[in-house]
Amino acid sequence: MVTTWNRIKNSDFIYHFLRDPVACVSFMILLVLVVSSFAAPIIAPHDPYNPATIDIMDSELPPAWNAEGTAKFLLGTDDMGRDLLSTMLYGMRISIIIGLGAVALQAFLGIVIGLLSGYIKRLDTILMRIADVQLSFSTYMIAIFIGAIFQMMFGVANYEQIAAPLLILIIGLAEWPQYARTVRASVLAEKKKEYVEAARVIGLSNIRIMWRHILPNTLSPVLVISTVQVANAIMSEAALSFLGLGMPMTKPSLGSLITAGFEYIFSGSWWITILPGILLVLLILVINLLGDWVRDYLNPKLYKG
Amino acid sequence: MFAFTVKRIAQGILVMLIISFIGFGIKHNFGDPVRELVGERVTPEERAQIREKLGLNDPFMVQYVRFLKNAVQGDLGRSFFFKKPVTEVIAAKAPATLELVFCASLIVVGLSIPLGIYAAIHPKKLFSRLIMGGSIIGVSMPVFLTAILLIYIFSVELGWLPSFGRGETVTVFGFWDSGLLTKEGLRHLIMPSIALSSIMLPLFIRLIRSEMMEVLESEYVKYAWAKGIKPRRVWYVHAFKNTLLPVITVGGVQLGIMVAFTILTETVFQWQGMGSMFIESVTRADTALMVSYIVVVGAIFVVVNTIVDIIYGLVNPVVRVTGRK
Repeated sequence: MVTTWNRIKNSDFIYHFLRDPVACVSFMILLVLVVSSFAAPIIAPHDPYNPATIDIMDSELPPAWNAEGTAKFLLGTDDMGRDLLSTMLYGMRISIIIGLGAVALQAFLGIVIGLLSGYIKRLDTILMRIADVQLSFSTYMIAIFIGAIFQMMFGVANYEQIAAPLLILIIGLAEWPQYARTVRASVLAEKKKEYVEAARVIGLSNIRIMWRHILPNTLSPVLVISTVQVANAIMSEAALSFLGLGMPMTKPSLGSLITAGFEYIFSGSWWITILPGILLVLLILVINLLGDWVRDYLNPKLYKG
Repeated sequence: MFAFTVKRIAQGILVMLIISFIGFGIKHNFGDPVRELVGERVTPEERAQIREKLGLNDPFMVQYVRFLKNAVQGDLGRSFFFKKPVTEVIAAKAPATLELVFCASLIVVGLSIPLGIYAAIHPKKLFSRLIMGGSIIGVSMPVFLTAILLIYIFSVELGWLPSFGRGETVTVFGFWDSGLLTKEGLRHLIMPSIALSSIMLPLFIRLIRSEMMEVLESEYVKYAWAKGIKPRRVWYVHAFKNTLLPVITVGGVQLGIMVAFTILTETVFQWQGMGSMFIESVTRADTALMVSYIVVVGAIFVVVNTIVDIIYGLVNPVVRVTGRK
């Protein structure tokens, strides 16, 4: 245990990490955000999902530093009288879960498709064509289209009930080509190497060569894009929620909170929109900064583009 | 080159067929053409009659071929909500969206080239760091949030700019409702186009910077320095020219992608264009209109991509050769 810890502590990775102040600070902020969102049931001052504790008379109270604000609601309340700080923490948890879930699905689809098309020539053209077409359409567009189709299939009420898993599915389906292309490119490079030939000479099956020999060697570029993809997935979720194709107001994500507050900025209640907005940007920004750092560290060549 | 062009166009047509197939699938399963024609108040018997007359009981593929035939002739069905052919609805909304994309592209091109070049030439200067720092914040900012912030600052707090709609428009050429010709229309355009450009601007700055930095490292630029050519000439004539090629190709596709972001921008600013029309058609379950938006936007993407590919093939023979194998 101690030796593992020492190995981690003395590794190149930690050394470079600690010498980069931007990466360190971003990581700290991300850690605080993630921990506080997952600990929301414990640390949040109110429970936004429990209608018994919500009083509509408390709606649209400004933050506590404002003259009309009260200390009971630190960051004010939203249009339904929910404590904004608590709702934001719960909302961030939903955003992060959807982001991670969507990236897991993308990575799974992308890795399987990328492996297949890199390894089996006959599938390559068709699979990569699909990926190209989908990429040329912009992932947002695809996600919005799939979301719209799903909403039509399920009806608005049902859609809202299963919104979270649906959003994971939508964003996962919309953004897999990024992974598939990355994996395919490294599979094509790995395939020519001697260890693959050696494995084939021993007589291992194609599936085993793909999964046990080639796949582990393609994972570092996958890691590189994963960080940025999480940020993208959270952004897509926010955009879908903003368009009304995402989380319902009873269980808002950061995106749906921003939408809900949008009408109220005209009457001066800026905090319902701006505060979740700042939190969303902060979350995406630190993930992107960390992603940039990981990319530079793991593969300086990938920096371009 | 001819073979390459033909191949690209064939691919484009194939993609359009797939899109139309998906679109028809949606329409077939969720749309109700009888309702689109006569509304809700019709007896079941009459409904069945109309269904038979319209050929809605035919096999799926027969109906699909009929849909394709009509689509090629510009008939994509009728909108249930607007009580008009969908092509008319889209044609009426398209100018708003296209003007928005046009203005946003102007902002993107006009700002990203000087900023990107500056950041590449002086990578260590404070201003370059500010540009790069700003661009990563820009990448992390959802476009609808930028739009909301703009509205809050310039409409609600300062009261300088209108927050919604297109303002006064003038009809030119008999069909194009333009907001570019009136003062009010231009004032309404400012914030939406800034918001829309905010998503592409950081990407372009980063792209131009990284391409330019790479070109500045290349042999021929070193040779130009060795010859003692003036810095300005090396930067703006020798290096910049070769930066442009990848920028044009990536840029062409990205500007097409801006159409996707108009959905978000238009929703925030209640801009009466195709994007907000699409979202409204989804909430109204106006299947015909929704499907035809998908088909029309799909066609825009396919055309833009095909043209960009062909131009790229013209200027860069490597693409053509690898595409042929």
